[in-house]
Amino acid sequence: MERTMKDSNTSFEDALKRLEEIVAELEDGEVPLEDSLKLYEEGISLYRFCMAKLNELQGKIEVLLKEIDSTFVRKDFSIEDVGED
Amino acid sequence: MGTHDSFNLNFAKPSEQVVPEFVPEVKTFSVSEVNRMVRDWIREGFPSFIWVEGEVSRVKIHSSGHMYFVLKDENASVSAVMFRSARSRLKFELKHGMQVLCLVRVDLYEREGKFQFYIEDIHPKGIGALELAFRQLKEKLEKEGLFREELKRPIPYLPRTVGVITSPTGAAIRDIIKVISRRFPGVNILLYPVRVQGEGACDEIARAIDDINEHFADEVDVLIVGRGGGSIEDLWAFNEEVVARAISRSKIPIISAVGHEIDFTIADFVADKRAPTPSAGAELAVPDRGELISHLNHLLSRLLLILRHRWDDVKWRIERIGKSRAFLEPKYKLEQRVQLLDSLLEKMAVELCNRLDKSRLQLKHLAGKLDVLSPLRTLARGYAIVYKEKKVVRLSTQLSVRDRVTIRFADGEVNAEVVKDGKNNERQQYLF
Repeated sequence: MERTMKDSNTSFEDALKRLEEIVAELEDGEVPLEDSLKLYEEGISLYRFCMAKLNELQGKIEVLLKEIDSTFVRKDFSIEDVGED
Repeated sequence: MGTHDSFNLNFAKPSEQVVPEFVPEVKTFSVSEVNRMVRDWIREGFPSFIWVEGEVSRVKIHSSGHMYFVLKDENASVSAVMFRSARSRLKFELKHGMQVLCLVRVDLYEREGKFQFYIEDIHPKGIGALELAFRQLKEKLEKEGLFREELKRPIPYLPRTVGVITSPTGAAIRDIIKVISRRFPGVNILLYPVRVQGEGACDEIARAIDDINEHFADEVDVLIVGRGGGSIEDLWAFNEEVVARAISRSKIPIISAVGHEIDFTIADFVADKRAPTPSAGAELAVPDRGELISHLNHLLSRLLLILRHRWDDVKWRIERIGKSRAFLEPKYKLEQRVQLLDSLLEKMAVELCNRLDKSRLQLKHLAGKLDVLSPLRTLARGYAIVYKEKKVVRLSTQLSVRDRVTIRFADGEVNAEVVKDGKNNERQQYLF
């Protein structure tokens, strides 16, 4: 499933919040069994979704170079490139 | 007043003056010539620059960028002009009533034969020029509402890419990369290199904020704008209005990370979040992946515990039903089922306890195996749930003849109608 980056960004937080809610709600013990079934299922899929999000990021470090025509070129940047002040 | 007296000594007082007769042959001067003579005389009579102290009055800024005002004391006033180029170096805003010290060239404005102060530099009295500029801009932007709490955009929880606007060779970028790599190595870093001090640095920073917003808003979820520590002059770019405006119009949330803990800049007030140092900025920008994972695993283990408790509860309820009079007759059937459920639950409970006792790291593997324990599997084994008007029917007494009910099986639902009510204790077929 293709998501835009903004979506994936907000949905991680939303998913985590929802998972916390579900756990709190279930711990409350007020939820009828058939609803807790659904909540439980949802909780597990939220957990999986969050874990996937935490594992899918890339970790690229790049520097932008602005060309004369105002377009941008990206280049890999490493901490070794950084000299002392 | 001494200068006035000595000045007047060169001329006769009007009352003592003998006005000469008009004689056409005597050399005459044009107005311009006289002006030029006075100008030369003034220029010779004064050093190139002198410091003049006074109070500012009637400040006007012309569309050309030149600034006109009157410098005065209790007894006298002189018109002053500060040209655009000199004014552009002035950090603070000159205001009516200010006590100032001006670096002045005294000269004649020949066109009107008026002598003026040509101002090269102005220092406020009793306070540093930068300090004053800082206070003025802060007050101005505060009045405009740029620092309002409700304008602060939330910093995203888990950014895909952190944009960094700073010097590519400074300590700041090094610290930021280190912290992000430690906390969350998966997050991308996109550096927009700028000069962070010196003439024009503020324009570069403002441009960078606008550029990232224009070209990389889809990708960059949060921006860190900053630099390492330095003197107030070194940090000055972050006190400039252009930077404050750019931060204010940014759609991407901005963390300001300038200097050390004690340094407060205008950028800090406008930014969505102020970090005391670049390292702290990086910490605000990305979560700690390890902490998040253990938090998630903790939630999962709580979910598992709840599940176990719910099963214990269900088991207890079924046993209670089994002991009720209603089930005495077909007890053998029920006992079989309870026994089956019992052993199943026992196995599950043992399994769960064993797994919960293991380290948290292993918990994530449980997620995949959880399906086995899911109540849905119970349905798959032939149990069913009866709903009446979307609510679960727990007791036979909840149903009467001709009630329409929905029965959920593992593979779907059917609708049914009650043909016999529970008064003669023969409706257990609806309970599972």
